[in-house]
Amino acid sequence: MTAVLTITGLTMDFGGLRAVDNVNLDVRQGEIVALIGPNGAGKTTLFNCITGIYKPTAGDIVATPPGGPAKTIHGLKPNQVTEIGLARTFQNIRLFSNMTVLENVMIGRHCRTTSKILGAVLRDGHTRREEAEIVAFSYQLLERVRLERHVNDFARNLPYGAQRRLEIARALATEPFLLLLDEPAAGMNPHETKELDELISRIRAEMDISILLIEHDMKLVMNISDRIFVMEYGKEIAVGTPLEIRGNPKVIEAYLGEEAHA
Amino acid sequence: MRKFFTLAEMKKSLLMAVWFIFLTFPIMVVRVNPIYKVVEWRWQNLVLVGVSAFFLSFLWRYFLAYKKPAPAKSPLETSARKGKLSELQRHPAARRAGIFLAATLAVAFPYIFSTYQVNIMTTALIYVVLGLGLNIVVGLAGLLDLGYVAFYAVGAYSYALLNFHFGLSFWVCLPIGAAMAALFGIILGFPVLRLRGDYLAIVTLGFGEIIRLVLENWNEFSKGPSGIAGIPRPGIVGVEMSLNTSSIFLYFLMIGLALLTILVVTRLRNSRIGRAWIALREDEIACQAMGVDKTKTKLTAFALGATWAGMGGVIFAAKTTFINPASFTFLESAIILSIVVLGGMGSIIGVIASAFILILLPEYLRAFSEYRMLIFGAVLVIMMVFRPQGLISNVRQTYRFKGLQEENKEGDIK
Ligand SMILES: Nc1ncnc2c1ncn2[C@@H]1O[C@H](COP(=O)(O)OP(=O)(O)O)[C@@H](O)[C@H]1O
Ligand SMILES: [Mg+2]
Repeated sequence: MTAVLTITGLTMDFGGLRAVDNVNLDVRQGEIVALIGPNGAGKTTLFNCITGIYKPTAGDIVATPPGGPAKTIHGLKPNQVTEIGLARTFQNIRLFSNMTVLENVMIGRHCRTTSKILGAVLRDGHTRREEAEIVAFSYQLLERVRLERHVNDFARNLPYGAQRRLEIARALATEPFLLLLDEPAAGMNPHETKELDELISRIRAEMDISILLIEHDMKLVMNISDRIFVMEYGKEIAVGTPLEIRGNPKVIEAYLGEEAHA
Repeated sequence: MRKFFTLAEMKKSLLMAVWFIFLTFPIMVVRVNPIYKVVEWRWQNLVLVGVSAFFLSFLWRYFLAYKKPAPAKSPLETSARKGKLSELQRHPAARRAGIFLAATLAVAFPYIFSTYQVNIMTTALIYVVLGLGLNIVVGLAGLLDLGYVAFYAVGAYSYALLNFHFGLSFWVCLPIGAAMAALFGIILGFPVLRLRGDYLAIVTLGFGEIIRLVLENWNEFSKGPSGIAGIPRPGIVGVEMSLNTSSIFLYFLMIGLALLTILVVTRLRNSRIGRAWIALREDEIACQAMGVDKTKTKLTAFALGATWAGMGGVIFAAKTTFINPASFTFLESAIILSIVVLGGMGSIIGVIASAFILILLPEYLRAFSEYRMLIFGAVLVIMMVFRPQGLISNVRQTYRFKGLQEENKEGDIK
């Protein structure tokens, strides 16, 4: 299978701190890949490098849309990365809290639509059709994440688990081929986590989207991932199938050891 | 009503009084008489300050307590509890009646009132346009711009200078002034793209001052502080107008421009671009990560906001027939910003209402000449304390989902 994302030798320094140290990672088409590691391991920083929020100190990030040519994406602006087809959620939820649930998803359509100022002022046929399409597309996504009954609520008034799902819907609205989820189950109860598990599997199966996720919930990770990458202190310490990772002594010491402390 | 006259509250007010006595001691109590070389101690002032500070602070906090009725409330409830004004605004019949009334009044106004009144109203309408323009930048895109008056100046000087040197008419200069202001909006936009909040405010403030100082000091270009006189009023080719008709014509022109502004700003706000502005204001990083180009979006906000200031400037120049840099000081920016803030950030009706209040109030307060600015300031302060969300509450009109007609039809076919 072809890789949709290939990261080689990625390094990110903050002053004297090396948050990500020479990491190699790849996601193949149709895969669900998990990135795990103790807090402060550099997982979110890696996400920020991939999605253009940080410019990596060294290394290459190449994205390959299915059926398209490979594109180097490090150094691009976040919106350019999203346009290529990578979309993300945030560890600390970043919704547009004074916008409605539907409007949040509608923002995700921005980069796939074209109406300009003149169109907005004149409200010509193209603009009106496009607006209707944006609404229809966004509403369908809300149904997919089961938020349709909150459609006109303000995002800030949603319960926590629903906010996380809304972030996923918003990311999906950009029509990505790779979805990056930063701790999607954080703060969810077991029931919500189970629903999330199903949602992620459905996204892969029905929408043909590959997924890279950071997660601490080991049950979820072991359950849905095809492969797992483990990071500690910015370094990549292991990679393998859930079964291999479960038995890896280095991982048990680094990750599970920390969990026992925490 | 909860109990308010408690000992704790008294103590707070007492503390406030002592603090005020301390603060005002050097100016209110001590007076050095340089002629007789003696120090006067005006103790009666100390008592006056203390007593009035005590009662005023008491009153102040009494109203503050009155303002927040019950503390704990779910967010859903508070968002449902909207102001009476916006409630009325939503009622279709009341809305239609209101619009009809306003239209009749607007048309009849110049024939009922004097030229002087018409001129004041034209000025107020210019500020409506300026407020709505700045509302794009501050209210929608969330970019605090303290140098907005610079674009107003660009528009005014575009007309004045083009007319002076090349004899271009008002109608030619109106779009040129708008375009020049938009260009300056982009020029200012580029360097401040990375800045936010306080930093943005300071740089835009500087920009406004730079434009004014250039106009003041570059005599060969702008005739410096003496300004440009004899700017023609707008006319229609072949029609001679008296001063009075000319004022009325300008008034209706301004009504037209204000209506156009309202239409354009409303449509922009409910468009793909308007949504991007609001999202950018809400969370810049998330907005970019969702595929919105920050640079482009901010620049369009600056440029579009400036466009309206430019048009306002051209009309201002035509109205006064004389402009000089003194008309474009920071105070103007501050007033326009007050219009936006007082109206309720992002609310179009709110901005219109507050433009009328802020421009007409000082005009009709002229009777209290020396106190008018004081009253003006007090109104602003009180307003911001008791109604920080602005005249029209609620963050903004939201996009409401009304169902998917086309979608269902498609579903039937499948
Ligand atoms: N913007 C930043 N500036 C400085 N240090 C940072 C920044 N972002 C992250 N770090 C540091 O990088 C390290 C990795 O952080 P992070 O990627 O958030 O870890 P994780 O997501 O794995 O918990 C931490 O030590 C953190 O303090
Ligand atoms: Mg993290």
